[in-house]
Amino acid sequence: MPEWLDLLLENFADPDSAARAWPLLRQGVGLTLKLTAVALPLGLLLGLLIGMAYALGGRVTRALLIIYIDLFRAFPVLVLLILVYVGLPFLGLTLPAFAAAVLALVLNNSGYFGEIFRAGLLSIPHGQREAAAALGLSPFRTMRLIILPQALRGIAAPLASNALELVKSTSIASLAALPELLRSARVAQEQTYNPTPLMLAALMYFVLLWPFARLVARLERRMLARGSR
Amino acid sequence: MERFADYYLNAEILLRYGPEIVAGLWVTIGVAVATVAIGLGLGLAMPVALIARVPVLRWVIACWIEVFRTLPQLAVIIFVYFGLPYAGITMSPFWATAGALGAVLSAFAAEIFRSAIQALPPGQWDAAAALGLRFRATFFLVILPQAIRLAVPLLTNRTIAIIKGTALGTAVSLPEILGRAQSAMAIAANPSPLTLAAVLYLILFLPLVVASRWLEASRVVPR
Repeated sequence: MPEWLDLLLENFADPDSAARAWPLLRQGVGLTLKLTAVALPLGLLLGLLIGMAYALGGRVTRALLIIYIDLFRAFPVLVLLILVYVGLPFLGLTLPAFAAAVLALVLNNSGYFGEIFRAGLLSIPHGQREAAAALGLSPFRTMRLIILPQALRGIAAPLASNALELVKSTSIASLAALPELLRSARVAQEQTYNPTPLMLAALMYFVLLWPFARLVARLERRMLARGSR
Repeated sequence: MERFADYYLNAEILLRYGPEIVAGLWVTIGVAVATVAIGLGLGLAMPVALIARVPVLRWVIACWIEVFRTLPQLAVIIFVYFGLPYAGITMSPFWATAGALGAVLSAFAAEIFRSAIQALPPGQWDAAAALGLRFRATFFLVILPQAIRLAVPLLTNRTIAIIKGTALGTAVSLPEILGRAQSAMAIAANPSPLTLAAVLYLILFLPLVVASRWLEASRVVPR
């Protein structure tokens, strides 16, 4: 084996370091999944509410919602996290790291999901609503039974893509000292003086997320193909 | 209310630390520009390189796209800055951040360009062939310009989302807005620097977000 390859393997695929890092990383992946399990449904739900409020709202509601959406889309999620985690305690409002991370992720993604739902609901022709009203359906039932199901089909690609981005951005919780996967890998690296845990964490992220990345790519390709014709 | 102003809009502290934090704006802009240059440059080069039909090259590009589209941006930045030195590659915080974000953007851009090229109706190739254009001329003069136009909305959104990641540079002690605000806040024991940082980010990114909304609205295709 050439010397450089030997050195590379020793540094990035050291079995000893991997074995010592493994319990930490396993616990880290658990926390990453827990963050996702809490933040993703909340973000989706808030986004859906925003989209529906826009579709049903008057001019003032709409203007306010656009401001909300663009404000949270403009803030980097890490800036939100630092504001929540480090800035709020000065007001006497101290959130645990997990809650702070969830709040930052949900606020940020409510903007993204809100915009996706808004655009999706808006793309359904107005005649659908008039027809439903003629049938005597209430605005809410029209939304639930007529508009939303049709809109969902059109926005599957951006929804899936943004959900994936949310899972990936749970890694910023590491900067609020939350021992999710990335943070655990850094801690393990410092304990073993070897970057193998980082390599292992990258591999775990990849194995976990790659199927979803493929799915998103497929949905996006289909969307582009529709747009080009 | 007074306590709120004292904590979050403390004039004395803002005056003392403001210039330092505003200087971080230039670092943020610098990283963002480098990220876009690397990302879009590589992202366009990859689908173009694919037409060369060199198997090894195809394999490398496919892996590059899958890996950097899938991994979290922060994980890539951390790996580049703390991991790569063990492989003899040491980068400054600036280039570690720009390089990592550029790699991520290039993967998304390549995928978007590739999809856009495939999404064009096959009639475009046939028509160009009927006009007597060779493969290369067809690709560069007929297909690529249309594919780029088709890719623009997806690409702008993705680019904005990724350059917002410049704030992640704080994790590798990049002296950009957020990093400077955090150290000022630690020294002053007052979060006003953070308020300033938040405002600066809004000044920087809000116009981009609004512009992308406008861009999307102006090219809505009725289905």
